[in-house]
Amino acid sequence: MTSGAYYRSVFPFIGLCVIVAVWQAYTELFTVSSVVLPSPSDIFLASVENFGTLMRHTWPTLVECVLGFALAIAIGIPIAVALSSSTLLNLTLYPILIAMQSVPKVAVAPIILVWFGLGIESKLAIAFLVAFFPIVVDTATGLNATPKGLLELAKSLRATRWQIFYKVQFPSALPFVFAGAKVAVTLTVIGAVIGEFVGSSEGLGNLLLTANSQLNGPLAWAALIWLSVLGMALFGVVALVERLSMPWAKDSGGH
Amino acid sequence: MGDAVTDANGAMEQAPAGLAPSPEPFGMFRDVEKRFALGDGSHLKAIEKLSLTLEKGQLISLLGPSGCGKTTFLRIVAGLERASSGEVRIEGKSVSEPHPDFAFVFQQPNLMPWRTVLENILFPLEIRREKTPQGVARARELVELVGLAGFEDRYPSELSGGMQQRVALCRALVHDAKLLLMDEPFGALDELKRMEMHDLLLSIRARTGVTVLFVTHSISEAIYLSDTVAVFSRRPATIRDLIQIALPYPRQSEQRYGAEFTRYEHEASRLLGIVR
Repeated sequence: MTSGAYYRSVFPFIGLCVIVAVWQAYTELFTVSSVVLPSPSDIFLASVENFGTLMRHTWPTLVECVLGFALAIAIGIPIAVALSSSTLLNLTLYPILIAMQSVPKVAVAPIILVWFGLGIESKLAIAFLVAFFPIVVDTATGLNATPKGLLELAKSLRATRWQIFYKVQFPSALPFVFAGAKVAVTLTVIGAVIGEFVGSSEGLGNLLLTANSQLNGPLAWAALIWLSVLGMALFGVVALVERLSMPWAKDSGGH
Repeated sequence: MGDAVTDANGAMEQAPAGLAPSPEPFGMFRDVEKRFALGDGSHLKAIEKLSLTLEKGQLISLLGPSGCGKTTFLRIVAGLERASSGEVRIEGKSVSEPHPDFAFVFQQPNLMPWRTVLENILFPLEIRREKTPQGVARARELVELVGLAGFEDRYPSELSGGMQQRVALCRALVHDAKLLLMDEPFGALDELKRMEMHDLLLSIRARTGVTVLFVTHSISEAIYLSDTVAVFSRRPATIRDLIQIALPYPRQSEQRYGAEFTRYEHEASRLLGIVR
């Protein structure tokens, strides 16, 4: 188990080192312009020099992601509960949800900007929109996947509908809820950046766009890497909450 | 048919002493029928004219081939399903829905993976809003009784199949059920574990005097446990005959190899149509 965890962290690290080394060698050997592809060392230097700027722009993006995610949870889970508890609602809402999901969010972003303005609200709305769907679908799937035996047991004890929901169905759906939440939280980063691309004055997406237009390759790449670190950190937090709230499943994780 | 045999012999010597014959037996099932509607508009008859009486404190096994309808009958008694026609009465009252004084033990342990052993056992009390300190104490006693002391705070995933089924048994007993309905509860266990569980069930029954209906397709299991074995026919299920098991309690594994036991096995096999 421990050696498995060891290899799981060592091998990706070795892989990363190889890629960075090849990348560094390539840019130096072929003297690639830093506008086209900055070398890892340039990106690292840009990160250090612009640390303050990067931090200042990380904060708004982080807030957009976290709040957009919270909104998706707060609205997505009740909708999933409604979908799984009523056939009528399921038949009515599910096709609409699918239709909504198939609309490209990037295409909706300019409209949302018109509705909500240049402030944080438009970014929240887009982050919410991308994160909402996996949470609803996975939670509803989980609620419908309650083992039949547990439902029978509850029925044989004459549990009320509410007791069946909060003592049986919801806890048994938790792994599904977290699976959806982990996908959703990484999507919020995409949502926030789309929002910042379309119109904003701050955030890592905005910084990336600005640096790119100034042909500052290293800073643009630094912003890009910070974005992916932000996404991984958010994923890590959700995975940690999952581990803490489902102590019985501690051996089943591993990704 | 069934009633006459129960009254005629056997039952009296096995029934706990001091019980005067009441006007109506603890459980009375008369002409129970169950039909399932099939997709093409026809019906599948699962149970046909099934009659049986169950005295308080009795342990009756329902023995029959797989898929014969004995589980359906048990589910009707439990109130999980309704009979198409016939009478299903427990303590003089018609059964139409699950009764708070019954406990069902399923073929699978059906434990909640997110609850510890103790929390799983306390589940029925929580549902009935009766989770008192006495209830918790009783749950702990049961854990000890089934030999799981020290495992109270473990999760089901950390237990073997046999241990999980012991937890399920505790959960069925925690609210002092009058009637234990067991649907092949030890069917998934290996033979050694199963024999341990037989003795455990019998000792619990001796302590609590609980009435048991036990569904099984194992001839030796039915004989070892029961005071009466109800042998089922193939579908549509009805009771072929009742075998009164006169082996004395407390039963011991040695009895499994006695001539009398073999004679009962032969009789059951004959009724099941396995041998002539």
